[in-house]
Amino acid sequence: MNMSNLVRSGANIMMPFILVYGFYIVVHGHLTPGGGFQGGAVIATAVVLLMVAYSRADVFASIPKNVLKNSETAGLLLFIGTALLALTAGIAFFGNWLLGAGSLFGTPVAFGINPGDINTGGIIPILNIAVGIEVLGAMGILLLVMLGGMKGDAE
Amino acid sequence: MMDFIMANAPALLIAVPMLGAFALPLVGRLGDTPRNGWILAVTLITAIIAALLAWTVLTGGPVLYTFGAASSSDAIPADSGGIPIRIIFTVDAMSAFMALFAAFVGFITCLYSVASERLSSGKDGYYALMLLLLVGILGMVTTGDLFNFFVFLEINSLAGAALVAYRIDKGVSVEAALKYGFLSTLAGLMVLYAIGLLYGQYDSLNMAVIASRMSYTMLDKVALALLIAGLALKAGAVPLHFWTPDAYSMAPAAVTAFLVVASQAGLYGLFRVLFSVYGLTLNYVTVGWAVIILGVLSMVVGVTMAIPQKDVKRLMAYHAVSQSGYMLLGVGVGLVVLGDAAAMDAFGRTAMEGGIFHIVNHAMYKGLLFLTAGAIFLQTGTRNLNKMGGLGHSMKWTMLFFIIGALAIAGIPPFNGFASKLMIYESVFAFSPVIAVIAMVVSILTLASFVKVFHAIFMGPQQPKYADVIEVPRPMLVAMGALALLTILMGIFPEQIVSTVIAPAANALIDQSAYVATVFGGV
Repeated sequence: MNMSNLVRSGANIMMPFILVYGFYIVVHGHLTPGGGFQGGAVIATAVVLLMVAYSRADVFASIPKNVLKNSETAGLLLFIGTALLALTAGIAFFGNWLLGAGSLFGTPVAFGINPGDINTGGIIPILNIAVGIEVLGAMGILLLVMLGGMKGDAE
Repeated sequence: MMDFIMANAPALLIAVPMLGAFALPLVGRLGDTPRNGWILAVTLITAIIAALLAWTVLTGGPVLYTFGAASSSDAIPADSGGIPIRIIFTVDAMSAFMALFAAFVGFITCLYSVASERLSSGKDGYYALMLLLLVGILGMVTTGDLFNFFVFLEINSLAGAALVAYRIDKGVSVEAALKYGFLSTLAGLMVLYAIGLLYGQYDSLNMAVIASRMSYTMLDKVALALLIAGLALKAGAVPLHFWTPDAYSMAPAAVTAFLVVASQAGLYGLFRVLFSVYGLTLNYVTVGWAVIILGVLSMVVGVTMAIPQKDVKRLMAYHAVSQSGYMLLGVGVGLVVLGDAAAMDAFGRTAMEGGIFHIVNHAMYKGLLFLTAGAIFLQTGTRNLNKMGGLGHSMKWTMLFFIIGALAIAGIPPFNGFASKLMIYESVFAFSPVIAVIAMVVSILTLASFVKVFHAIFMGPQQPKYADVIEVPRPMLVAMGALALLTILMGIFPEQIVSTVIAPAANALIDQSAYVATVFGGV
């Protein structure tokens, strides 16, 4: 059963903000409180919002389970792949092979109080992003499964 | 390539099955055959890595692996003030021994699953969880960090509970899985609380650091009690065994055989905490007797509960409880005489070797028995002993493997159960004749119970309702055959196995200072 037009419009308006906020938490994980798990969970709340506003059929139609499953797999593979690449760089498993290399996320951290540079941290932001992708997929699937277990709509 | 694998063996031991599990949803899309090939390749490679690691440890001493460091042997960074701050895997002979046979059983159970679960749905999840269970076990036995141990314990518990519920069977297995999941989480929380108590006092999570600073205060005693309770629950020792009959009987057979190893990882954790973390600071006579009492209770209660069972896997589950009592007994006797060098040399060391040898023997013959029970269930659709009979006519290989497993568990020569039980009998008799007599009586009851089971399943005329029962597919026979072969080989050559693998493992437990030096010696 769809909620009223007002609720659906509200959900539509809030949706991009929730997603952007979630991704913000994910990519700033190495600078500010939060990180991959927290950001992924925030993104998954967008699914909850859809569930509140729209009918079951609409939710299942707009969020394909396969996409969530794929993002779960992709996140996990990115995580373990990043950790394994450290071995090929000649350092220990999970070693930070991007740190201070000057390339992606490779700027050395400035000393003292500073506003924070997102291009630092080596593999830590990458692991955060991987966890974010994994968590949004897994949480989304969990929510869809729970929705699927609910009694059908009266209509 | 070889050097690369050898240098990173402890990390690859965890990374390979994890990569295998994470990639499984993609591989599974290609179909059944690629998935089976993938899973067998991953578990086989893991087993080979575990063998290489064990070889390195047994020839060259304990291996240290520091995660995330520039060099994996760099346990203590120069600017850390002499404290290891990273997660460290400390692989000594005991860890390597556990990892070796856990990885092997992982491969065997997956080989068995390829045939036994060929008609099931949801195989991507099944194999991914099998691999994660393997990761949990391997992590628990190799890590040198208490919090990391807790994380792997949780991976082990959650993957195990999900696997118990894999075959839904009208919700009964879900109930068993919930029971297992909740109790394992309870065990995990007790362990976590104890870790918190230790961390608060010693400012470190590394086992070697805590061991070197251990002063056995009141808080340490509380932590010890929590650790023993939590890990004994995970290991399924009486009086904390109540999840085992449900979980072991409702899980698919391959999972049950693997869960036996999963609970032995809990047993490993218990021994590691007692010997390597607490060691001589412990009031070892009292705690040792507590472990012995847990062991004797497990032996007696387990076997007496097993005798009246009519469900074949439930019966075997109670026998598993009973057999884990032998391991606790053997190692408990070693703990009681930990501070007494003369008694340790006279019988303590043999008792510990017997207990540790029994761990691997039990994984082999109990795994074999559970796999034969699964084969019978697959072909007849029942686990009820009263409804079986005459299967010896049609399932000859399964019958042969069952006989081998049953004689091994009852401690009949020349099978491996005899070798380890004889070591336990002899050494425990020198310590306390009464307990040795109890251990022998339990063995006789085990034999009686399995004679009954054997008769009920295989003997008698062929029954009309089982007229079209045929032997199980070849991968299942190969898996059972491999375990049966090892059961016999380890029974015929116990001396070689004890001297090359088991004795170093027992020494690694006894010698706490060597464990501490593994981490601090790398400076």
